[in-house]
Amino acid sequence: MLPSDLKADSFKSYAPAARKLAVDNLAALRRLPLSFLPGMLREVIEYDYKFPAERRSLDKEIAHLRSLSHEQLQQWFKAFAQIKLSQNLERFDWVNSPAQFVEQLSSHLWTTHQLDAFRTAAIVYADKLRATGPPEPPPPLSRLGIAIVGQGVSEYHEGLFRKLRPHGVYFTKIKPENGVPQLLEAVAARAKAHPIPYAHWYIDGGQEVAHDPALTLVSYNALEPTRSALLDKMRAEVERPGNGPENLRTFMAQVRPADLGVKSGDAVLDRFQVKLLTEGSGTQIFSTSFAQWAAREALRRAQPLTLLVRFAPRQRQKPMNEMLFAKSESVDLDPVGSLVDGDMGAYYNWINQQRLHGAEHSSFLVWFEGHNIAVAISPGLPRGTHSDTAADMRELLTMMA
Amino acid sequence: MTCKGSSPQELARQLAFTRRDFLRTSAGVALGSTLLPTRLFGRSGVPERKRKVVVITFGGGARDQETFAPEGQENIPHLIKDLIPQSTFFTQVVNRGILGHYVATASLATGVYETVNNFASIPPEYPTVFEYFRRDLKRPASDAWVVAPSNGFNRIGESSHRAYGPGLGARVILPKHLLAAATSAGTDYAHLLRDNYETPLYAPELSGNEFELQQLGTLLKLSVADFKSHALTLSSPDELSVYIARRLMRQLSPSLLWITMHDIDIAHAGAFSLYIDGIRRTDRLCLEMWNAIQSDPEYAGNTTMFILPDFGRDSDEDAGGNGFQHHRTGDALSRTTWMMAMGAGVREGVVFDRPLGSTDLVPTIGGILGFNTSLAQGKPITELL
Repeated sequence: MLPSDLKADSFKSYAPAARKLAVDNLAALRRLPLSFLPGMLREVIEYDYKFPAERRSLDKEIAHLRSLSHEQLQQWFKAFAQIKLSQNLERFDWVNSPAQFVEQLSSHLWTTHQLDAFRTAAIVYADKLRATGPPEPPPPLSRLGIAIVGQGVSEYHEGLFRKLRPHGVYFTKIKPENGVPQLLEAVAARAKAHPIPYAHWYIDGGQEVAHDPALTLVSYNALEPTRSALLDKMRAEVERPGNGPENLRTFMAQVRPADLGVKSGDAVLDRFQVKLLTEGSGTQIFSTSFAQWAAREALRRAQPLTLLVRFAPRQRQKPMNEMLFAKSESVDLDPVGSLVDGDMGAYYNWINQQRLHGAEHSSFLVWFEGHNIAVAISPGLPRGTHSDTAADMRELLTMMA
Repeated sequence: MTCKGSSPQELARQLAFTRRDFLRTSAGVALGSTLLPTRLFGRSGVPERKRKVVVITFGGGARDQETFAPEGQENIPHLIKDLIPQSTFFTQVVNRGILGHYVATASLATGVYETVNNFASIPPEYPTVFEYFRRDLKRPASDAWVVAPSNGFNRIGESSHRAYGPGLGARVILPKHLLAAATSAGTDYAHLLRDNYETPLYAPELSGNEFELQQLGTLLKLSVADFKSHALTLSSPDELSVYIARRLMRQLSPSLLWITMHDIDIAHAGAFSLYIDGIRRTDRLCLEMWNAIQSDPEYAGNTTMFILPDFGRDSDEDAGGNGFQHHRTGDALSRTTWMMAMGAGVREGVVFDRPLGSTDLVPTIGGILGFNTSLAQGKPITELL
């Protein structure tokens, strides 16, 4: 099947909002090349479970494609149209399984040495799309990212935050008392002042602490029953004769919250959390990988105004099967390794925050929990400097504001 | 490192120049392009029959930030201080193939960008360097060995090519598989039995010319009890691989030995500290192999050792990836690696910036050992011949 063969009926298995979006824009979708369209449908099919920011950008993208003349469209998609696809891909049910199609397309591109051409086409397309339309209005509140690392580490003498220090002030006399509650208080205050859905997040790589319900919470420990249910399913899948990595991947992509007994009343967040475990690598076994990936996905998808991520000790490395399928009571922790993981994770949180609109006004804080070391990055603070000012977290946030 | 708007070729070139600058300051190497070409091996005095080659793949891929860049050099002290000053270093080795570890290693070993399924137990399609070596030079099976990290690599020793293939390849030894067979995978050894990090739950079925447990005693002169007891003193699968490689060198002195390291690929699990641990361990093991060569009379003075990654990892700047964790984007950083050559016939402390392909290794080994690699797509590296 080719995009030009699409009919309204093709989308009958889509959820209501996704179906409406596809059918309303059928004419625009039919004009797109097959090397491109399933990638877009992968987003469309999830429309009912997308965060508001994602819906806005998808709406904007489709509206723009609809506005292009035939000639303009040919110009925009010339490079995609030159990608040679196989008959197998053309025969694939890419309307109903766009994510699986994209997996197979990726394999095809690598094998046929077309990956670089596709990659270039995708980058050019994204750059052109960003440049179209009126400039986005600034966010209603400058973004603030916070990373708390090193929980459970009493001493650490090697350098920390080396990648972030050049971008802000390195504080060495922070008053650590009540640091976590103070930071959560500040985050909650922002959420109450700007009560926008999914705009203020608290991600904990361990056991979450008391926090304001205005925050969107993702907690590694709270997801323990979900992880356990998923690992049981993975084990059954792995043990099935003749199965392999590709089949497991397909299986994981099809897992839904209901399959794992997840039903919090927030279908969007449920789907997001399950995807962290089914699409993330290492998120099922290492809490530090989970916290970093959850932050990355929250920033990429929900584009929050406030994000606090607290890294917690992960389990010590063991053989993969043992880590995946061991019972929780036997877990041996690695706090120092987790501090190093968290240090890099914080850097990635900052990079991912800087990819968002309004980055020039954003602030970021990373703190070694329970200790007097932190780096604060903010438009009002000098870069690459050191401060021995004694300040608690409240005072530090005030300096950053 | 990456610049918006630059082409992949330009980014690879910038990467190479940056590596060269790092090396000039830290290891004091000279720029090779100022040196006149000479027939190195011709002048080395080592007769072809006596020449040996050891290849170590620095796997599964490490980035400059964690290795050659100033902030990464603390992770590779042995490469920087001990090995690079003795080596010819190539700053720009570009892998234009598929960035999966099995298929990329198969490409390195055939000199052709292979397209075999990365996750299946199938042989490369083109003749491997081991087949060229054995057929052209009429060498026995005991003269070419591969020590590989996981079940997925068990077919790397010989291709499915009609003119070569079964019976002409290298013997493949999978130390982890051997240990599992020797110990029934008791928990004391579990830390040495980690398999493929790209697909941690699946290990392809073994087939092909694989080393059997009972050959430990006959070929390596190692009792199962001694093997098990030594394994207990080791901390990772790559340490086990090096232990077996050294045993092979001592007992069989193969002329062509290929060791695939893999500990670094734990990065796929997303824990940065474990990735760094893997790099530091691999750095130490490379020196250990070099010292083993220097202290073995069968190898010292007549062996050329190559160290190179199969490919890199994604850059922090590419929004399509997740930094060090994977090698999925195909960006310049994940494709552009390096190679060092040292030992017999190699100039010491020299660096070359010109771009090489991953497929150039096989014809170069062919040039050193004196065999024809007619189906390889790469070109011999003249700076080493």
